[in-house]
Amino acid sequence: MSDELYQARIVALAKSKAGAGKLAHPTKSARRDNPLCGDRVTIDVRLDDGKIAEIAHQVRGCLLCQASAVALASSAVGRDASGVAALRHDAERAIGREAGKAHAPFDAFEPVASHKSRHECVLLPFEALQDALS
Amino acid sequence: MAGPSTMTFDVAAVRRQFPILFEIIDGRPVHYLDNGASAQTPLAVLDAVRIYETTSRANVLRGVHRLAERATELYETARADVARFLGVQPMEIVFTGGCTAAINLVSYAYGQLLKRGDRILISELEHHSNIVPWQLLRQRSGIEIDVLPVTIDGQIDLGALPRLLSSQTRLVSLAHVSNVTGALLDVRKVVEAAKAVGARVMLDGAQRAPHGPLDLYALGVDFYVFAGHKAYGPNGVGVLWAKPELLDAMPPFHGGGSMIGRVTLAETTWAPPPRRFEAGTPPIGPAIGLGTACNWMAALDWTATHDHEMGLVQRVLDGLQKIDGTQILGPASLQNRYPVVSFMLDGVHPHDVAQTLDSFGVAVRAGHHCAQPLMDRFDLDGTTRVSIAPYNDNADIDALLTGVRHAANTLR
Repeated sequence: MSDELYQARIVALAKSKAGAGKLAHPTKSARRDNPLCGDRVTIDVRLDDGKIAEIAHQVRGCLLCQASAVALASSAVGRDASGVAALRHDAERAIGREAGKAHAPFDAFEPVASHKSRHECVLLPFEALQDALS
Repeated sequence: MAGPSTMTFDVAAVRRQFPILFEIIDGRPVHYLDNGASAQTPLAVLDAVRIYETTSRANVLRGVHRLAERATELYETARADVARFLGVQPMEIVFTGGCTAAINLVSYAYGQLLKRGDRILISELEHHSNIVPWQLLRQRSGIEIDVLPVTIDGQIDLGALPRLLSSQTRLVSLAHVSNVTGALLDVRKVVEAAKAVGARVMLDGAQRAPHGPLDLYALGVDFYVFAGHKAYGPNGVGVLWAKPELLDAMPPFHGGGSMIGRVTLAETTWAPPPRRFEAGTPPIGPAIGLGTACNWMAALDWTATHDHEMGLVQRVLDGLQKIDGTQILGPASLQNRYPVVSFMLDGVHPHDVAQTLDSFGVAVRAGHHCAQPLMDRFDLDGTTRVSIAPYNDNADIDALLTGVRHAANTLR
């Protein structure tokens, strides 16, 4: 059931739009498209000594992608590339691609695990951020 | 709503021929409204493929044994079945791997006859398969591509034809029916304008062929392509029809067995069409299935069937109109359209609409529908698309509308 997928935490994350927008003076930006579905994520970051000082995201995509971008933006400040990679592992655990228990806020995506066609929706913001940090 | 056809069209009898429509998934019946992506297959088609595979399986043309003769006969009968469905001669039918493969064949083989500076006219609403092959040809040979715009209600703006056609235009390649908006092309207008400048016309019939027999000679076009799997046939087969003089003039696309006249290590001569364009072992079973699918379609009463389908379209349009924040991308009425309806639900992404519908047992397509330039034209992330076949019924549409209302109430 989609009601099981679109649980309150995911909907709330997406609707909060926390971190949505652009940065006035980003150090780096990256855009990633999902060619299969057309979802598009753009991430701006301002870096301070290799670590994320500010982050903003623009999502033209589904609710899962929006929620993931919000969760990522709320967790990424203060992290460098390896720290972001650790967050991605958490997201991958939530959707069942890696073993283990995911931590908040990414555990909100556990209902996505059984919907394999939607995994990329959750991971697209990570792809964009990892591009921005590369 | 009872469509005008309900007196003569027995949808229950049609549905009984499609076993998949009686599948139960997670306790819910299947409401299959993704026919524009891939239609379902009736028992007659499944039987035809099974009979070939279990009684006549062999390669075609090359063997002298009985099974090879049976296989060749079934394959060539399928070619005749498809030809009859299109109102043309069997030797004008080329079996391909699909509709995309057929367009690529034309872009390569007909493209070999074009030169730098020649122009091809497409439209803003084309499927990627009617855009990208021409871009590849442009890279290979320096042709130019012109693009007809789309009107606000999702139809190709034929008012722009005089401006975009010229004596350099060699081919006009357009969707007969849009896979996104359902808009039906005014073929007569296109053919008249193209002929006036000496251009050929190709129609992408992927969304039109599943809705009844055609008379291609009367349409006056030069090339026609469609896909087997959207026309109740198997996957892996498509059709190219072209006028005989064009097939004769075109060089091969693929080289290999069956397409040759004589091979020496120095040179090769080509077989006459259609073999020239069927290199290697063709999709024999799928072609046999497609021939049967064409016969299955031809046996329907298409006046009643079309009324039935369009009655369902009206039910979709009426139902969506009652849900706040829905917008239709395409003709708002039943005029000049086929049973494909795209819509947007304000504040809810099309994928989330489609995912919600899935939980009601309703299968639709969401996204850009391989028509990203059209999405760009309307500044859309995508649409949710409902595509209807003869076996759909009121229960399918009612489940759809219930699901859309649920998405509207829970996701925004």
